[in-house]
Amino acid sequence: MTTKAPYEPVFVGARREELDALLGRYPTTMAALLPALWIVQEARGWVSDDAMEEVAGVLGLTPAYVKGVVTFYTMYHQHPVGKYFVQVCTTSPCNVSGAEDVVRAFLRHTRCEELGQTSPDGKFTVIEVECLGACGFATPVMINSEFIESVTPDTVPAIVAAHK
Amino acid sequence: MGYPHKSHARETPILSQHFGDSDAISLAGWRQRGGYRALEQALGMSPTDITNIVKESGLRGRGGAGFPTGLKWSFMKVGDGKPHYLCCNADESEPGTFKDREIMRWTPHALIEGCAIASHAMGAETAYIYIRGEFTEPLERMNAAVTEAYSEGVLGKNALGSGRRIDVHVHKGAGAYICGEETALMNSLEGRRGNPRIKPPFPAASGVFGQPTTINNVETLAAVPHILNNGAEWYKQMCLSSPKSTGSKLYSVCGNVRRPGTYEVVMGFPFKDFLYDLCGGPPVGRKFKAIIPGGASVPIQTMEEAEATLMDYEGFVAKGTMLGSGGVICLDDTQCMVKQIGRLARFFAHESCAQCTQCREGTAWTTKIVERIEAGEGTTADLDTLLSIADNMTGKTICVLSDSCAVPVVSGIQKFRDEFMAHITQKRCPYRTTPARSAAA
Repeated sequence: MTTKAPYEPVFVGARREELDALLGRYPTTMAALLPALWIVQEARGWVSDDAMEEVAGVLGLTPAYVKGVVTFYTMYHQHPVGKYFVQVCTTSPCNVSGAEDVVRAFLRHTRCEELGQTSPDGKFTVIEVECLGACGFATPVMINSEFIESVTPDTVPAIVAAHK
Repeated sequence: MGYPHKSHARETPILSQHFGDSDAISLAGWRQRGGYRALEQALGMSPTDITNIVKESGLRGRGGAGFPTGLKWSFMKVGDGKPHYLCCNADESEPGTFKDREIMRWTPHALIEGCAIASHAMGAETAYIYIRGEFTEPLERMNAAVTEAYSEGVLGKNALGSGRRIDVHVHKGAGAYICGEETALMNSLEGRRGNPRIKPPFPAASGVFGQPTTINNVETLAAVPHILNNGAEWYKQMCLSSPKSTGSKLYSVCGNVRRPGTYEVVMGFPFKDFLYDLCGGPPVGRKFKAIIPGGASVPIQTMEEAEATLMDYEGFVAKGTMLGSGGVICLDDTQCMVKQIGRLARFFAHESCAQCTQCREGTAWTTKIVERIEAGEGTTADLDTLLSIADNMTGKTICVLSDSCAVPVVSGIQKFRDEFMAHITQKRCPYRTTPARSAAA
């Protein structure tokens, strides 16, 4: 039988201070919810149920409410993802510029079997994403918070090799 | 300018003048280029006088709706004792649109200056710039610029020594197209799910945090300092066609086109010259087949329509579409219209907030049916079903995402019916050279 490791709170020390400073920007504490969730994800890589409970406690909301908000937005991860989370834009302007081939190249070179699955070495998760708002630089790709413009199937191997 | 290309002689680079110039990004660089003079002037003027200049200039909202900006500002009753808010909509997510991204990357202080002037004109002490979470570089540049503006006393409790408090905060979104809809943006800012709200009440009566609020697009706000510096008359004269459309407009051009990028031309510019002369026309050896001129939500134009269009709010409507956000998506003769309409529908299905039945069901079924036709499994009756669904999706929901999904379907079936019929009769996609979509999202 395995015991679950105790949850370590995110909002202590500098991160608590960061949140307190953010609270001063809004007339309600609820308005700091999206920023608070960003702080969690930057610290932990994803937003766990435990973290949602902590955020709820800190901002005076219910865990169910926080979960409702988390699940609305696509950028909050509700489960751990690969070290490198690769998002390839495939909406129309990129689609007509060859984004489908870019997706295939990423799947092949990261050894991810399918979209949304993590590679056997745990390094990469590749997904298709809706419009990244850089349509003139097709195909834009986000790897974590790094934004790469004008990716083609030919440039994919070097990009994958640079993320080790 | 046609960033990332050199400015074309027929462009009118005002907002885009400093795109690509990394020296313009800092506060000092912005000041050297005449920045913050307009704010200084504005802080010495009455809110009504500023609003009147903006009204007189003819500036209209650049986010898509084209509502007169000065009129919108005048709905805010300065001195009513309530806190007022300005929200800058930087949730640029309309497929084909990436102009606001360039404004924030290259001239972040232009946006801060516009926000500060607008705040003063509407009696708002606080402005929030809501930037989509995927815009990592614009977020970095805007955050840095706001920090600099505070440390130099441009913002804060005594903005430029005027004795007036103006706060500007950057708020990072978290991935949701619908948050570009103004009432969804306000809900998101409040820490809620980004579901659009029923109007009325309109934001000027009860907006973010239940207080009077105005939401303006990035490009709209960035134009304001130029109007104050040069005068309403100067702005109004930038007009080649309809007097109801004035000033310069940024267009982001993408898809199958020789020189994709962000261009700036005056209202009423001929679209044919724009597409072939400025943007270089279609890729070598191909022809344009269709243009979606204002982001994914506007009707598709045939080339006959596009080439006869004068680029302003009225000009695009006269040729069967809308100016929208100015996101010009070019499709060439190698593209399958059925596939592309299906891809657009898939986008809207993914982005529907799902609170209205017509949208939640309609976007999903539209996608399934168009993709079925594309796969060679459609029937003629499917076209009638699509049009019937589209009818039920139009004008019946809280916001216009539902309508936006119906638009490419209806215009696509009307204007490219032959392509739909070819798929149905040949039981295959006549354009397909590669396997079907690799996987469903």
